[in-house]
Amino acid sequence: MKNKFGKVIGINGNMISVAYEGNAIMNEVGYVHVNDKKLKSEVIRIRGNRAELQVFERTSGIGIGDKVDFTGELLTVQLGPGLLGQIFDGLQNPLPELARQCGFFLERGVYLSALPKEMKYEFNPRVKAGQTVKRADILGTVAEGLFTHRIMVPFYLYDTYTVDSIAKKGVFSIRDEIAVIKDSHGKKISLSMVFSWPVKRPIDAYAQRLKPSEPLITKVRIVDTLVPVARGGTYCIPGPFGAGKTVLQQITSRHAEVDIVVITACGERAGEVVETLREFPELIDPRTGKSLMERTIIICNTSSMPVAAREASVYTGVTLAEYYRQMGLNVLLLADSTSRWAQAMREMSGRLEEIPGEEAFPAYLESVIASFYERAGVVRLKDGTTGSVTIGGTVSPAGGNFEEPVTQSTLKVVGSFHGLSRERSDARRYPAIHPLESWSKYQGPVNKRKTDWVRELLFHGNEVDQMMKVVGEEGTSLEDYIVHLKAEFFDSVYLQQNAFDPVDAATTAERQRYVFDILLKILIADYKLNDNDDARSFINQLRQKFLDWNGAEWKSQEFLKIEKEFLNFVFEKSTQSEDDVDERLQKMFS
Amino acid sequence: MRKVYSKIEQIVGNVITVKASEIKYGELAEVHSAHGMSLAEVIRMNEDLVSLQVFSGSRGISTGDEVRFLGNPMRVSFSDNLLGRIFTGGGKPRDKGPELLENMIEIGGPSVNPAKRIIPRNMIRTGIPMIDVFNSLVESQKLPIFSVSGEPYNELLARIAMQAEVDIIILGGCGLKYDDYLFFKETLEEGGAMSRAIFFIHTAADPVVECLQVPDLSLAVAEQFGLQGKRVLVLLSDMTNFADALKEIAITMEQVPSNRGYPGDLYSQLAARYEKAVDFEGAGSVTVLAVTTMPGDDVTHPVPDNTGYITEGQFYLRNGRIEPFGSLSRLKQLVNKNSREDHRALMDGMIKLYALYQETLEKKAMGFRMSEWDKKLLKYGEQFESGLMHLSVNIPLESALDRGWQILAECLTPEETGLRTELIKKFWPKQELSATDGKDQTK
Repeated sequence: MKNKFGKVIGINGNMISVAYEGNAIMNEVGYVHVNDKKLKSEVIRIRGNRAELQVFERTSGIGIGDKVDFTGELLTVQLGPGLLGQIFDGLQNPLPELARQCGFFLERGVYLSALPKEMKYEFNPRVKAGQTVKRADILGTVAEGLFTHRIMVPFYLYDTYTVDSIAKKGVFSIRDEIAVIKDSHGKKISLSMVFSWPVKRPIDAYAQRLKPSEPLITKVRIVDTLVPVARGGTYCIPGPFGAGKTVLQQITSRHAEVDIVVITACGERAGEVVETLREFPELIDPRTGKSLMERTIIICNTSSMPVAAREASVYTGVTLAEYYRQMGLNVLLLADSTSRWAQAMREMSGRLEEIPGEEAFPAYLESVIASFYERAGVVRLKDGTTGSVTIGGTVSPAGGNFEEPVTQSTLKVVGSFHGLSRERSDARRYPAIHPLESWSKYQGPVNKRKTDWVRELLFHGNEVDQMMKVVGEEGTSLEDYIVHLKAEFFDSVYLQQNAFDPVDAATTAERQRYVFDILLKILIADYKLNDNDDARSFINQLRQKFLDWNGAEWKSQEFLKIEKEFLNFVFEKSTQSEDDVDERLQKMFS
Repeated sequence: MRKVYSKIEQIVGNVITVKASEIKYGELAEVHSAHGMSLAEVIRMNEDLVSLQVFSGSRGISTGDEVRFLGNPMRVSFSDNLLGRIFTGGGKPRDKGPELLENMIEIGGPSVNPAKRIIPRNMIRTGIPMIDVFNSLVESQKLPIFSVSGEPYNELLARIAMQAEVDIIILGGCGLKYDDYLFFKETLEEGGAMSRAIFFIHTAADPVVECLQVPDLSLAVAEQFGLQGKRVLVLLSDMTNFADALKEIAITMEQVPSNRGYPGDLYSQLAARYEKAVDFEGAGSVTVLAVTTMPGDDVTHPVPDNTGYITEGQFYLRNGRIEPFGSLSRLKQLVNKNSREDHRALMDGMIKLYALYQETLEKKAMGFRMSEWDKKLLKYGEQFESGLMHLSVNIPLESALDRGWQILAECLTPEETGLRTELIKKFWPKQELSATDGKDQTK
């Protein structure tokens, strides 16, 4: 592609107008020359010989007549071994390296390679010369930390190729030639371990897309039990500020049972990213015994960083996630927050003077959100293995009101909805997911008939609560009052979880099933209680014991001791024996 | 010398347009009119038409007035000479001191690389239990005080400024009432803190464009002191006025408004300022405490709403005290684990109980009979409000925690608190524990 040039004829915030000659490509990358710096930008509209570009940097100092280079290429990311454990900005600039070169501040116009050529890996060839290969076929593998990283035929090569030569087993720099392949016309193509892919195009180099069926265990009890997430599925967490969206995402990024987590901090606070990137290297992943950072990629375009790069950051994140899915791995992409991404689109739409839709968001908001979430999925790869990308996005609705365009567009396309509520967070009931308003279309680790029964109880408990607000406690029958207490009890010992307690913070699927069954016994049993005060004091004592139990290590001495203690306590007060209750449960749920 | 233009093509609101060439985006210009000189900043360029916002407003500007471009963006002098000084939103002295022109730095500079930030770890003790115990303020935090007109938010700001252990205090006043400006000045002078303070004051009577510069000026100076290893506390009052100034300019520039007339980039604009709060690796820190008044006490109004999403928590100031509900310091977990082992549990436990007290109050207001439990809660709530919540309470964190246990013990039995047994064993005031033990056995 021949390089083209243009010159700046207008500036409005982070958008510039450029007069060019020849052909311009929609979404191609251009560089604006300012003094001795070149600022990356992207074409977002073309009209006649005038193109509008969004600049990924601060625009101060740009003048009329400044030169613009067009590259002819779309915005891409580099794919190859060495991405894990890195911290990038929205354009895949490695931030720690940038800090080494530029110090405390983000200097504009400095672009570094995401995968520097000094990185070396031991390459194990998997093909021989003469073999036929197609896009995404495995040429060889390298060990990237815990994972076997597949070196594949780049996804943008759509022809059928013959391997001309392949490197022998040995250590190579990632930019060294490791293979030469010949296309159907006999043209030779040299390949290294790295290639690039445009971020706004989904990676589709798999054999088949499958239906998400396996649960993704987050170890957050309310999520796994009541509103589960599936591997390859999508979920969203809308909530007003301060309700705990980001904390919930952080907990998930630590404990979720997946191979790789890609965290996209999109237009949120820098402080939150800092917590993650300072703490993760020191946290040990219990499943692998290695540092959590080895399975994590952080894309961080915080709120004060340029807004156009914020729009790109979610695409960068999902592209990296899709790339690792091609390795047959389960990847979780956490996007915090998709509202900031939508706002970035709104800002550009405003500058382009497009006719605004609801709340001035662009009319194409819905389709853009839908196509983003659709990039999640379980796929069967060409070699028969499967991989998945699960997307969890937070939404920050204006005023905490879910009836706004971003939340509504998101709800249409996700499989699970974790709505956070202000009342629950004000009452310090964390995680503040509303158990009755939230929903999920996926199957979790706990039997659905059992969870439905509990949901019914919570619903009934809520009704009694509402009623009690009108008729008062004295106007409530003991029977109803006990329902209210049982629902409250379940809420406080199971749905609420202490994120700062080392044991309580993460509950495995096995423990969830176990605890849930015991809770069912307690909830289903009838008790000899004289009056409301008696009932409340009984439940309070029980709650106390149960909370201690939540803090006890799974199957430890203490765990077994407390369990025995409170079961005795329960069945002393109950009108049925434990065996009777077990039998009743058997009948109900078998 | 830069070019001078003497033909203004258009004057709309506070924005003037001139035909000019070789101008850079963001550049400053001097506009000389019959009423004196004012600075103006380039905010849009289209071919040879350059639009500038005039700091002192366009009133009295003639189409024949002179516009002289300076070739540099907005800057402020930075040195220790700033200490004890008071400036306007245009960066000019408001006290009778000399104008400072040495070591000019650009304002509104690039943001800090997240990789160079560190996890905040120092609590800023204020002596206010609702902050220290329940929502600790942390060095490098950005925190707004949500309030309504008439609440003593400026008094609260001044008190925190006086009591907080920081090296430098910078006050940025956006649309501040003149009385409030004098109040701040007098309070800091009386407390002997003026020598480590710098004021950038835009009062309600000053031109609105200057209001836009105040946060940038304050934070640019704060950032430089931070880099020198100083712990800086920046107080901004009131950011709603800043947002309204943004709105005014956006509407003048015919931007499509997004929500109640505010521009679509309100979030980014506010974030660019608040995100200047930072703990530099190997240097000092910048902490930002800002007042955001909520028009009509409505937290869903675009300004408090966007602010809440940006800042690391918020304090609600209502009826002269910091509300426990809604108030939140997101960074408190980073410091309250090292203070005392009962800090976190007590903080959550007492708030949960206070929430129950609120429910009981509602029931009481509706005329329901109060059960034994309700009566206990009422007693608890009253003691909590007078002993910890009231703004007049001024005690260190540890005493506040002890007082918390005392209140619990006076009103409730240990298992009614919902706190873990081990903590209760250790911290429950002794005589009370034996008394309730006895009562349990009789049951």
